[in-house]
Amino acid sequence: MTTTLFGRKLGMTRVFNDQGVLVPVTVLEVGPCVVTQIRTPEKDGYAAVQVGYDDLKPRNSTIPMIGHDAKAGTEAKRLHGEFKINAGKIGEYTLGQTLKISDLGGVTYVDVVGTSKGKGFQGTMKRHGFKGLFASHGTERKHRSPGSIGGLCSNRGFGGGLKKGKRMAGHMGDVRVTARSLDVVRVVEDRNLILVKGAVPGANNGFVMVRPAVRLNRAKTKKVAAKK
Amino acid sequence: MASSVEIIESLNKDTLKTDIPVMNVGDTLNVHFRIVEGEKERIQVFQGVLIARSGRGINEMMTVRRIVDNMGVERMFPAHSPRVAKYEVLRRADSRRAKLYYLRDRQGKSRRLRDRRRGMKLVDGVPTVGGAVVEASAPAAAE
Repeated sequence: MTTTLFGRKLGMTRVFNDQGVLVPVTVLEVGPCVVTQIRTPEKDGYAAVQVGYDDLKPRNSTIPMIGHDAKAGTEAKRLHGEFKINAGKIGEYTLGQTLKISDLGGVTYVDVVGTSKGKGFQGTMKRHGFKGLFASHGTERKHRSPGSIGGLCSNRGFGGGLKKGKRMAGHMGDVRVTARSLDVVRVVEDRNLILVKGAVPGANNGFVMVRPAVRLNRAKTKKVAAKK
Repeated sequence: MASSVEIIESLNKDTLKTDIPVMNVGDTLNVHFRIVEGEKERIQVFQGVLIARSGRGINEMMTVRRIVDNMGVERMFPAHSPRVAKYEVLRRADSRRAKLYYLRDRQGKSRRLRDRRRGMKLVDGVPTVGGAVVEASAPAAAE
């Protein structure tokens, strides 16, 4: 994995691109992140870099966390996260190092990981896109019902219960969601801003993780190849 | 630290035009629109009545309606688009509505709007949103 940065989703707006076309964008504040710990295979069993993002008042942090951040020589940080790296690349990171957008390496496509907005307890129609039952023809009080959840012979798991993973009503949203391969429309390095095309999971001011796109779809792979 | 709304507005600020003349719904406009054909760039003028302005800031859209061969044509322009080279106000009209969609159903004489603003004389020079006054363009008949 390559360098991953943490940041905040600021909100959406629109910008004109080179052709004068209005493009919907999400504004992300990304970094600066401080390396607060380096995980090594010898000590931790895996190679990773832990970074902290966003200053907060020390009184809102805890003494153990203040001490942890102080080891890296920084103020208390609000958010800490890790990204894995190849064991051979550990030497490229030092404790207390500041990572900025430029460390992502001039990316054109990024993956943005966020926590989606919580929707509470939702039925199967909203949560899984079930079609519900008929609107009329004698249907009563069951218009949004999921219908049968399986008889004796279908969806039957081992023993008496249903197969695990049967889609039903329940809590929706507030889960980790990755928006893959978003176009980077503009980068404002001195203000730590990245403008990506389209929407990003989560509410405004929610924390996000930004990394260079891991895997591109066919059309975007072709575009990158054509540029080279 | 600046709030997220402030950061976004400061980003938009650079793209917002300050030289847009003060235009109201009902005015007849010339919209100078840049068209790129291969290498060349030329300017096409679209003349018509401004029938609606919607949205605020960078999202503002202008709907301009004109009649071509007895056929109504409407075009929507992003107000702050870099592809719009210039707006020219040809004629100011009196309108009591914010959206003049009723013009779509009108034929002949009733399609015309009363000239000039109520109780206001023709503006000398065209004030812009930014405050500067552009020289008045030659008044021309709309239709």
